[in-house]
This record gives sequence, C-alpha cells and structure tokens, in this order.
Amino acid sequence: MATNIQETELTQEEKFQQLMKFIESNREKKGFLIPALHKAQEIFGYLPAEVREFVAEQMNIPVSTVMGVVTFYSFFRMNPVGKHNITVCMGTACYVRGAKKIVEAVENTLGIKPGETTEDRMFSLSIQRCLGACGLAPAIMIDHEVHGRMTPQKLEQVLELYK
Amino acid sequence: MNDRSIAQILVGIDSNTVLSGARQIKTKLITELSRQGLSEEVKVIETGSIGPTNQGVVLGVFPGGELYANITEDEVEEFIQERFVKGRTYKKRLLAETLPEELRLQEYDSRKTQYYGRIVLDNCGRINPEDITEYIGVGGYEALGYVLKEKSPQEIISIVQDSGLRGRGGAGFPTGLKWSFTFREKRYPKYVICNADEGEPGTFKDRLIMEGDPHKIIEAMAIAGYAVEAETGYIYIRGEYKLSLERLQKAIAQAKEMGFLGNNIFGSDFNFDLQLKIGAGSYVCGEETALLSSLEGYRGEPRLKPPYPAQYGLKQQPTLINNVETLANIPAIILNGSQWFRHFGTENMPGTKVYTVLGHINRPGLIEVPIGITLREIIYDYAGGISSGKFKMAQIGGTAGDILPEQLLDVPLECQSLQELGHNLGSGALLIMNGTVSVADFLRSCMKFFVHESCGKCSVCRIGTSYLYEACDRLNRKEGYVDELKNMKDIATTLKLTAFCPLGQSVAQPVLSALKYFEEELKEGSNPNKKGKLPTREKSEGVFYYS
Repeated sequence: MATNIQETELTQEEKFQQLMKFIESNREKKGFLIPALHKAQEIFGYLPAEVREFVAEQMNIPVSTVMGVVTFYSFFRMNPVGKHNITVCMGTACYVRGAKKIVEAVENTLGIKPGETTEDRMFSLSIQRCLGACGLAPAIMIDHEVHGRMTPQKLEQVLELYK
Repeated sequence: MNDRSIAQILVGIDSNTVLSGARQIKTKLITELSRQGLSEEVKVIETGSIGPTNQGVVLGVFPGGELYANITEDEVEEFIQERFVKGRTYKKRLLAETLPEELRLQEYDSRKTQYYGRIVLDNCGRINPEDITEYIGVGGYEALGYVLKEKSPQEIISIVQDSGLRGRGGAGFPTGLKWSFTFREKRYPKYVICNADEGEPGTFKDRLIMEGDPHKIIEAMAIAGYAVEAETGYIYIRGEYKLSLERLQKAIAQAKEMGFLGNNIFGSDFNFDLQLKIGAGSYVCGEETALLSSLEGYRGEPRLKPPYPAQYGLKQQPTLINNVETLANIPAIILNGSQWFRHFGTENMPGTKVYTVLGHINRPGLIEVPIGITLREIIYDYAGGISSGKFKMAQIGGTAGDILPEQLLDVPLECQSLQELGHNLGSGALLIMNGTVSVADFLRSCMKFFVHESCGKCSVCRIGTSYLYEACDRLNRKEGYVDELKNMKDIATTLKLTAFCPLGQSVAQPVLSALKYFEEELKEGSNPNKKGKLPTREKSEGVFYYS
C-alpha cells in the first residue's frame, strides 16, 4: 500500500537527479531503454512529457523512439493516476467468472469509468489483460496487490482498506 | 543440521495462497507449536504451490500425506491439538486423506495422479524454494555435475533428442532439434534465453513452476548453456510476476554463492552467468522474435523468420530460446535417461504436461498429467466435475486456442491427434465453460484482447483483429450482417495464412473453431435483413470520392 511515499518527499529537481544517476551508471549497457523507463515511472509515478524528453536526451535517442516504446507496453502510463490504481483483470478466465460485474460495481461505487480518476485523486480504474491469477478468478489488482475471488460486495470492503 | 523432527507440515505459499493469508498461517503454526512444546518434533516448511488454487491455504502433513484446505488462523490451535497431540486427522478441514485406490497407479501406468509421478512439479509443494540446500537434498544440481564431468555437448543433445521432448510453450517444436541448430552455429558469444513471459490468458503454470522450484530452471539453463556452448543466459520474465522474480533472484544469488553459476563450475572449464530481464506488459513479447526485440530495448515487434534465432538471435548471435516448462524437464531427463522419459505420454509426444484447469469446475488449479489423457478425464477425475450446469465448451491453449465442443471430450490431448482434427494443444490452459457462457460474447472478449495486443506491424493483423472484434460485438447484440459469418471465416483464414507472426496466425484459432462447432448458435446473432452497404464511388473535379 505505501509504495509511493517517496514521491512527496523528493522535489522535482531531486527526482531528475536520481533518474540521471541511474541512467549514467548504466550507460554502457545496450538496450537499456525499458529498464530506464521502469525506473523513471518508479520515481515519478508516471511518464509525463518532460520525463520522456529527459530520458530521450540523456540516452541520446529520438523522443519518437521513446514514445514508440511507452505506447507499446501497457505498464507505462502517460497520465497521472490516482493514489490507488485499481486494475480489473479481463482475461478470459476472469471474464467467464463475472469480471464485467466487478467493473460495473467500481463504476457505481466510485463513479469513474475505466481510464478515469476520481475527483479527489484517490482512485483510478483501468482494465488490464490477464494477471496470471486465474485460479482466483475474478481478480483485481490495487496498486501492486492482487485481490482474488472478488464479488461486488467484497469490493466495498476492500476499497475501505485503501481509504 | 540436527533435525530430530518426526513430522512436517508443508505450507503451500505461492501467489494465490499468499492472498488467503498463507504467511500468517505459517507464523501462527510456528508460534502455536512452540507454545505447545512441539517445535522439536514438528517442523513447518514453506513450499511452492501444492495444487488446488481455490481452497484457501493448503497444508500437507507428512508422514501421513494428508492434505488440509481452507484453514483459518483461529483453527490452527485446534488443528495442532487434534493432529499432533491426539494423533487424529483434523476432519473439519481434511481435503484428501490418502488418494483413493483407483487413482493410485503403478509406476509406468498411462495415468498418474496429482501427487505422484510428477516430473516438472516434483518439488513444487514439497521443498522450500528459498533454500538451495533443500533442492540439493532432493538431487538438485546433480544433473549439472554429471553433465560437466562426464558428457560432451553433443552427447547431451543426443539424449534430449532421443527423449522426444517437445516445446511446452505452445508450439511443440522438438527441443533436441532446436538445441542442435544452435550448437551447429560457430559464432560466439551464444546465448540461452528462458521465455518466462507467459502472457497467454488462463495460463499461469510457468509462474507456479518458477515460484515452487526456481533452482530447477537455473540448473536446466546451465545444462542448456553447456550443450549449445553459451556462457550467458537470460530469463525474460513478466513484470507482473513479483513473487517469481523475488524467488528467482534469491535462487540465483544462492547458486552463485555455491558455485553453480559463475566461472569454472564444478571445477570444469565451463562458465555460465545468468541474469533476469523484466518485461513491461505486452502479450506479443512471448513470441520469440518479439522477445528478442524487447530484450534489445525496442518495441516488441516480431521479426521475419527465417533467419531463426538459432542463427541470428539476440544481438544477431546464435540464441536458444526455450519455455520454462520445457527447461524444467531437462534435469530429470539427464539423470534418468531418455528411455525413462519415453515411458510417459505417447510415442509422438512423450512426457507429461502441466495444465492450469479453470472455469466452471469444482477444483480449479494446477495438475501435471501424462500426455494423451483426454479432456473428459481431466474434468471429471482431476477437476472434480462441472461446478454448475452442464459442460458446453472448453478452450484449450489460452485465448489463442481452439474451442472444443462436447463431441471432442474423448480426444487424447496430444499434438498429433489434435492436429489431425485441425487443432493445437497450446500452452496448457484449459478453460471449461458451462451453458451460461454465450459463444458470441466469449469470442468478443477474446478478440478484444487481440485488438489490444496486436503490435500493429502487419496490416492483416492490425485490421483483421479489429474487424473480428466488431463482428463478434455485432453478433453478440444480435445485429450481425446477413453474411457476417462468411466474412469472419474469410478474414480469419486470411489471418491464419498471411499474418507476419504466430500471434496473428493464432487469432484465427478460436474464431474458426467456434464457426465450425457452434455455427447454429452464432447464426442467431445475425439479422437476416441487415445487408452490408457496398461502397460507392463518385467523381468530382477529377477526384474520386468513396463512401
């Protein structure tokens, strides 16, 4: 739950410093773009334009290449997300076990649709592909924790934990 | 180690059970045993997945061999009292006392139970994956030592070829042959890659293998490296698999410490270094050439084959790429020989297969069974039967797999018998569905997945998947065009024949099989009065306008 406490403690300046150090220390390695972007997302929470441009400049590759990679992989987010990111798995095993109802329950409870964030920036909702927790279908992920065998009723209780 | 314990409690800790509080149960067991003065006699051991995935926390108790499920923290005290002080089975939570007679079979019988005769999963649920000494204790790294001391690379490749092992990632290519291709190339350095991307929805077998027995994969990769003359190995693992990642990292560190990785392993001239690479959320990166693109830091777009990775792979060097489950078979084959391996499974496809059985069944979870077993046996013997309603259809091989109807319940699950019917075994996900699932709706969700995961490189796949999704959506809303089914068949066939990579080709599988077996039901989705508009063409001021 407390994965992003770092964000509020470092200033923007310091965050860029941290990222630069990381890229510097791995400059020799070829094909380092994806790990660098992982680190950037870890530091900043998401990948806004300035971060993408920064990475491109530091690694001496075109911004368009960075964009190509960022838009290709579903891990990378270009928009800020809420403090807690709710991901509902829509893989076939979860789908067959009622994942659609879970999405509707979130929409009704929090008033947001997939891809949106709540007014108070506490929660955002996204749909994801198979999380690999099919034995616990339907499964959802909040931040980095997987919650299985979800029902609309259970959802209310689980959301309370994060408020 | 002075271990005077007379009984062991195995706590299955994997990504599923952790969510049900497995770690808390383990702690409670240890403190409770200590409180009751039984810590010397009864040992609590953390292991990988024991099998059932929807039964809460699963415990195995030895030497009795019973399984208990859905244990809660409050019940721990009572459980220990009953089982270890009074010496009776804890009936309240007993899952399986000992296996019923008819499921316990002879050594080389064609059927094996969940808990006997496992090759790939033999250590999962039995040893502590975070302790290398336990792996060594059950014979781990013996195969590697034997190989380095007494065999040459060519001899290893012959053993693997003779065993008849085929790739377990879904394509079923003969493994020994693949190894020989990489061996033949004499350009260095060469690489060995373990494909642990496992993006196929419904499949999580590789994850449980890595969580339950990470050392087996490490040993197998070192053996593969020796066989193809590679000194560097990479495990490309999905970003979402946190626990697997942690366990593999620990295992690699321990193996390095003990000298099973690094320079001069077992005092030989062989050096092998292993690194983990993390994916970033893309299904297509499970395809081997897309995986290579991703490893090199680019968009995961597949490359043309030939040339194959065995000739021009990572950084254009000869590379061997194998699936996790395929590699997990290697140590056992080396130690027991290829003839032993051929006792399991069928002539054309020996060995066992790990299946993740899911859907509307009573016991979803992980099983390892010999190849050639039928779907009916899996559903009714291993998975406890359909949980509600009647069996309607099963999708084998994940979202990119064929949809099989009731008539095919007795076909042996093996690549040849399935290929004769035009189907594919796939990666090992078995999704069993009852009558509540409508074919059009299900197909729609499959297609939606592909629309998102198509990399976009070739038009056929990029446009074809979108069209198929829209068509299924229309059929689901009962607004299909009058010739919708015919068009779907055409597009799917085009995809199968002309797509650039296996992702595009496999999109056709669920569509074509659904059209073959469930045509009547799908037809109900088309509206006989809805005819498609033919495009019109007008010329105005020298320009053609189409609409």
